[in-house]
Amino acid sequence: MPQSAEKVKDHVTLFHEPEYREMLKAKKAAFECGHTDERVTEVADWTKSWDYREKNLAREALSVNPMKACQPLGAVFAAQGFAGTMPFVHGSQGCVSYYRSHLSRHFKEPSSAVSSSMTEDAAVFGGLNNMVDGLANTYALYKPEMIAVSTTCMSEVIGEDLNSFIKTAKEKGSVPADYHVPYAHTPAFVGSHVNGYDVAIKGILEHFWQTDERKPVDQMSHSVNIIPGFDGYAPANIREMKRMLDLMGVSYTVLSDVSDVYDTPSDGQFRMYAGGTTIEQTKTALHAQGTISLQQYCTEKTLEYIAGKGQDVAAFHYPMGVAATDRFLMKVAAITGKDIPDQLTLERGRLVDAMADSQAYLHGRTFAIYGDPDFVYGMTEFLLELGAEPRHVLATNGTKAWEAKMKELLATSPFGAQAQVWQGKDLWALRSILATEPTELLIGNSYGKYLERDLGIPLIRLTFPIFDRHHHHRFPTFGYQGGLRVLVALLDKIFDALDANTIIPGVTDISYDLTR
Amino acid sequence: MAKLRQIAFYGKGGIGKSTTSQNTLAALVELGQKILIVGCDPKADSTRLILNTKLQDTVLHLAAEAGSVEDLELADVMKIGYKGIKCTESGGPEPGVGCAGRGVITAINFLEENGAYDDVDYVSYDVLGDVVCGGFAMPIRENKAQEIYIVMSGEMMALYAANNIAKGILKYAHSGGVRLGGLICNERKTDKELELAEALAARLGCKLIHFVPRDNIVQHAELRRMTVLQYAPESQQAQEYRELARKIHENSGKGVIPTPITMEELEEMLIEFGIMKTEEQQLAELEAKEAVKAA
Repeated sequence: MPQSAEKVKDHVTLFHEPEYREMLKAKKAAFECGHTDERVTEVADWTKSWDYREKNLAREALSVNPMKACQPLGAVFAAQGFAGTMPFVHGSQGCVSYYRSHLSRHFKEPSSAVSSSMTEDAAVFGGLNNMVDGLANTYALYKPEMIAVSTTCMSEVIGEDLNSFIKTAKEKGSVPADYHVPYAHTPAFVGSHVNGYDVAIKGILEHFWQTDERKPVDQMSHSVNIIPGFDGYAPANIREMKRMLDLMGVSYTVLSDVSDVYDTPSDGQFRMYAGGTTIEQTKTALHAQGTISLQQYCTEKTLEYIAGKGQDVAAFHYPMGVAATDRFLMKVAAITGKDIPDQLTLERGRLVDAMADSQAYLHGRTFAIYGDPDFVYGMTEFLLELGAEPRHVLATNGTKAWEAKMKELLATSPFGAQAQVWQGKDLWALRSILATEPTELLIGNSYGKYLERDLGIPLIRLTFPIFDRHHHHRFPTFGYQGGLRVLVALLDKIFDALDANTIIPGVTDISYDLTR
Repeated sequence: MAKLRQIAFYGKGGIGKSTTSQNTLAALVELGQKILIVGCDPKADSTRLILNTKLQDTVLHLAAEAGSVEDLELADVMKIGYKGIKCTESGGPEPGVGCAGRGVITAINFLEENGAYDDVDYVSYDVLGDVVCGGFAMPIRENKAQEIYIVMSGEMMALYAANNIAKGILKYAHSGGVRLGGLICNERKTDKELELAEALAARLGCKLIHFVPRDNIVQHAELRRMTVLQYAPESQQAQEYRELARKIHENSGKGVIPTPITMEELEEMLIEFGIMKTEEQQLAELEAKEAVKAA
């Protein structure tokens, strides 16, 4: 036996041992009844042809690896950014397990959320009792300061009325009458996690703001609220943003700040809740001068609500690189009346310098990018800035409006001239697209590794979820500093590929250079 | 503009909800009200008399064609009918499949989010049958219909249904603002119909808003896909609907929290009015029949 107690082999090497190879080979021959290897190769090759691509792109009734999660995932994430807040999902347990594991696998941190454990009974008779008992249990067991309710497919299909359920639960004494239970309807079969994030934030703001009118007081009249949006790099990006805002000396409130809850220290103390926007901050945020959203598609309804309260609002698309960061800082300066300090100007100069230093390796490099609509926009803008050529940009959860906006952006640069925008398509479609019209590099998340394997296009992991690499979210992609880090990630992959292409001694190694 | 008033018509299937509501709304227009109808019935016949044709472009039908509700525009689903009444239908799945209740939720959310409720004085929901599930309760959630009008008649099942709907309203009245506006009796010429309707209204703690007499002219108008108001504006029946419209208009904010009764109480009431027979009476009748057979 290859496995022994003295030297335990990991599964990675264990199944490479001859015993296992033979066993698997024998199983395949005797039981799997598969097609011949030639036939398998033949079909696999056909799936990379134009013929298959046309069939694949005409596909309507099936999604394969859609690049989106469901609304409640975004709602849970949004709620976790508020201090002492427990996300409560009205639905069955399995759904909530998914949100928690999905977030934990990415951040490598515990992710707290509870469900109302709806079962078949609740589907027939309605989930009011689940809400009543669930709120009481959550309140008693986990002692949150606020419970933020969202929903799943099941409770939405049977038409649960959260508003009346929560009122009834309060009357029945599940939680005190003045306890904070904001809610949002997040049917998982509509939209994606970016919409769930949106309505959850809006639900929380409505809860705290509905009985209040905006009256900008002196100390708030130059304050700005920032809504970060759903972001796998949130811990580092929010911290980087705060650092820049502190340098400017502005007064600000981050609405949904997950930077601490998804980056807790190991010091012997478990923190179910860590950091986050406090209730007091959330209440006073109403009186701020304005609100900036870093991701428009994560905050469309929220911003509409905030604008209706009389604030200035502005939305960006995951600002990355020089110009996008400039615009963000100038907007903050405009709202708060504060100047942009020299230190940030210096940082900007350093990023521009680094971009110029590496220009020769970036110019004309072709890229495919996929992810959430705002990320794809921000990433594309940065690539255009670098002189790289985005050729395929894809967002499964992008809208028609997003598609139009992407085309507008691509039209602003000669480097975008050959780009194609793929709205609503999934990764199986992208596989066909890249098999027939390949790019040199691919930017996405961990799911892209199958495209990398099938097509040999190097993958750069830059967006949620990243399950198979660790700690990326601890370093920002936001601001000038984040721009540097993204730049390095792109260059490392370019240089690795270059080395791999010039590594055979005597054959390709003429350009296997020490200095690049 | 006055505050948006939202009302809903509920009642047993086939009782004449859609006919009554459309005739009433056509009369309400004469009072200078701007109206939006939201049909919440997969059959999509809540706007037929106003539009003089059956609305084909329901929200869900078009959504199914376009792929998703997000791809729809309001103008695709909202049609203008008799005297400017705005008409929409939620539509729904084929009988026996899918979930019509969820369809109602989807459709109402779509209409609200896309501004269908802007610039109207009245929103009227016409809801299929009973409050059978959460979807059909959507119009009575908080911030939706303030008053529910139950269309009923002197028939036993219509009375059952009215009482059940009152139960649904009570459930929601507790946590929200929905109230029972009252009963509208659509005459079927059953025994002691007016008395029965009044008695039920008294038991439910509400008003009998109006007793709409039976008149064939309604059928004539309906065959021509018209309301009586449009087909025969001078008729007595048109006057009845005007009267009903006026009463509903003046009933704003006067809805009540209903006091639904138990099945036993309802049955007792029916027996009292001679609509339903006691078990003894039924047994006696059976025995009499048997005796006839035997002889």
